Amino acid sequence: MHVVVFTRSTPDTAAKVEVDANGQVTWGDAATVVNPWDEYSLEEAILQAQNNGGKSTVIAIGTEMHNDALKHSLAMGLDAAIRVWDDALEGTDSLAWATVAAAAVNKLGDVDLVIFGKESVDVGTDQHNYQTARKLGWPMLSYVAQILEVDYDAKTIKVERMLEQGRQIVTSKLPAVISVMKDINEPRYPSFIGIRKASKAEIPVWSLADLGVDLPATHTSTPTFKNLPKVDIQVEIMQGDIDEQVATLVDRLLEEKVL
Amino acid sequence: MSAVYVWIETFEGAANPASWEALGAGRQLADAAGVPLTAIVLGENAGAIANEAAQHGAEKAIVCEDATLHGFRLEPYAALLSHLVESNQPKAVVAVGTNSARELLAASAADTNSGLLTEITDMSLASDGSVQVTRPAYAGKVISEVTIDAAGTQFLLLRGRAFTPLDVDESATADITTVDAVLAEDEIATKIEAFEAASGTVNLSDAAIIVSGGRGMANNPAEAPPDAEDPVVWKAKDGFANTLTPLANVLGAAIGASRAAVDAGFIPYAHQVGQTGKTVSPDLYIACGISGAIQHQAGMRTSKIIVAINKDAEAPIFKLARFGIVGDLYEVVPALTEELKKRLGQQ
Ligand SMILES: Cc1cc2nc3c(=O)[nH]c(=O)nc-3n(C[C@H](O)[C@H](O)[C@H](O)COP(=O)(O)OP(=O)(O)OC[C@H]3O[C@@H](n4cnc5c(N)ncnc54)[C@H](O)[C@@H]3O)c2cc1C
Ligand SMILES: Nc1ncnc2c1ncn2[C@@H]1O[C@H](COP(=O)(O)O)[C@@H](O)[C@H]1O
Repeated sequence: MHVVVFTRSTPDTAAKVEVDANGQVTWGDAATVVNPWDEYSLEEAILQAQNNGGKSTVIAIGTEMHNDALKHSLAMGLDAAIRVWDDALEGTDSLAWATVAAAAVNKLGDVDLVIFGKESVDVGTDQHNYQTARKLGWPMLSYVAQILEVDYDAKTIKVERMLEQGRQIVTSKLPAVISVMKDINEPRYPSFIGIRKASKAEIPVWSLADLGVDLPATHTSTPTFKNLPKVDIQVEIMQGDIDEQVATLVDRLLEEKVL
Repeated sequence: MSAVYVWIETFEGAANPASWEALGAGRQLADAAGVPLTAIVLGENAGAIANEAAQHGAEKAIVCEDATLHGFRLEPYAALLSHLVESNQPKAVVAVGTNSARELLAASAADTNSGLLTEITDMSLASDGSVQVTRPAYAGKVISEVTIDAAGTQFLLLRGRAFTPLDVDESATADITTVDAVLAEDEIATKIEAFEAASGTVNLSDAAIIVSGGRGMANNPAEAPPDAEDPVVWKAKDGFANTLTPLANVLGAAIGASRAAVDAGFIPYAHQVGQTGKTVSPDLYIACGISGAIQHQAGMRTSKIIVAINKDAEAPIFKLARFGIVGDLYEVVPALTEELKKRLGQQ
């Protein structure tokens, strides 16, 4: 069996993000990290490959910045990494992205399962996963909290999904795309040996010509950024003994009409 | 450009009231574009829900009650929506970005090669038909502005509670069209085997008031029983159940939590607020024993009024809060609950 996971680098969530004069975002020289949601998808890909005598491949679509996430993935224990990039992808949107992602999976050929994290923490779009599934024409199981059964020979999977209203058990045929939640596993840290091996790895770069795809038209503009409007919140700390404090707080909440 | 479509999310035969926000936003777009506002209602009881949608501003509705659409599944829903978009070329498809809506609109945008924008907090239609959108990015630290062109159908997912529903008009009716499903059951690869409803009461994403607990919940003065597996976890769980829940109950509030509380096993992940949890925007957010780390802020900073209860006057949460009490939550919360009962007349 062959499992594929997509990941990318994001600025460290603690980084101080600023908007420059061109309306673009900068985060100084703060390090990038693997998209935090993807730690769970990477771990799950490793587990699935190990437990079923298969192979795991991680793919990032993007510029060299994303090699960091790929190296982190290899250091965790993914078997192979691929980066897809082509200047023609500059300024395109999630439609082009999903078309390329599906083409990369199809080029690998023997893939049974594609795993995504829930979303990218920086842009928070939460759309690449579903769109890739549609471009592949495969079923999509999102918000997976647990894989209950998977049979790569019979090509079936049974999962528990976490929905707003409760937990749902669903079965599907394979190949399929899933996106996983935090509950699914306990991501490992890269080992020292893993980090050394990953640092030496040569990561192949596939171009659009390698994939043989035509891109759909892009409908959304490249985003520009603004700082949040300055809101000067002056906290009012309640004074007096505890009874006075809670009484004043209730007064204030009634004045603000939020009760 | 036939219409502005709004997907009305349904669950077990009832509409998700957040959908009325999407009708409110859709109404503005439809009026600006000079096209009708059409509710798309799929699943159990769709006909009756379409009438409700009419009272919330839809003048047309497209419904399908086919058994394959009972319970949301992406494949049959997306196949039908994509078919409607391809045949009718609507100006836009709008929904509030719940889990199912995100999947459905993203999938259908991919099927029809249309543009999609998510987490929209504000939007306006330009004279060339493009839609200019504002959405937060980088954990809400900055605002991002994006335009979606007018070349095809525009798929627009709204952040919950960012748009307001219209006033209900009880006499309004919609012109309803019934359509057939596109996929038959044997063409659908996924089957729902079982469903277990979540225990908690109010859904975080559309709660008007949220009471949240953090790592500070562990400092419960109550004694853990000698047979408790982990006394710290026991104390925190006891605090959520017997200190925070009574406050939430007087307020009709949902219960949230910080990641520290979730990771420590005090409360299930479904309650987590923040960058890797839910993004919420209630009228009132009461943070108890939460320091206010940047990743927690990412999920709650757009709350209208934030109240912080924390024993550390230097905690960053006080930089975000409108009102604060510096003190032990295990003294403050019960006192506040009693005061609220008195003042809200719930003796
Ligand atoms: C990639 C990434 C993603 C993350 N995502 C999230 C997320 O989605 N949500 C999230 O919340 N965090 C997230 N975090 C974690 C975040 O950085 C903080 O660690 C976390 O929010 C801290 O939780 P806390 O405020 O409950 O705990 P602490 O920071 O330990 O704060 C506890 C607070 O309780 C107060 N306190 C203690 N006892 C009492 C008492 N008896 N009465 C009153 N006050 C008391 C203390 O003064 C302190 O301020 C993420 C981190 C990373 C790196
Ligand atoms: N450029 C990319 N390369 C690889 N994976 C990505 C890329 N962009 C998004 N993803 C993954 O797609 C999932 C959903 O992300 P998003 O739709 O961007 O919120 C996450 O697991 C991301 O890591």
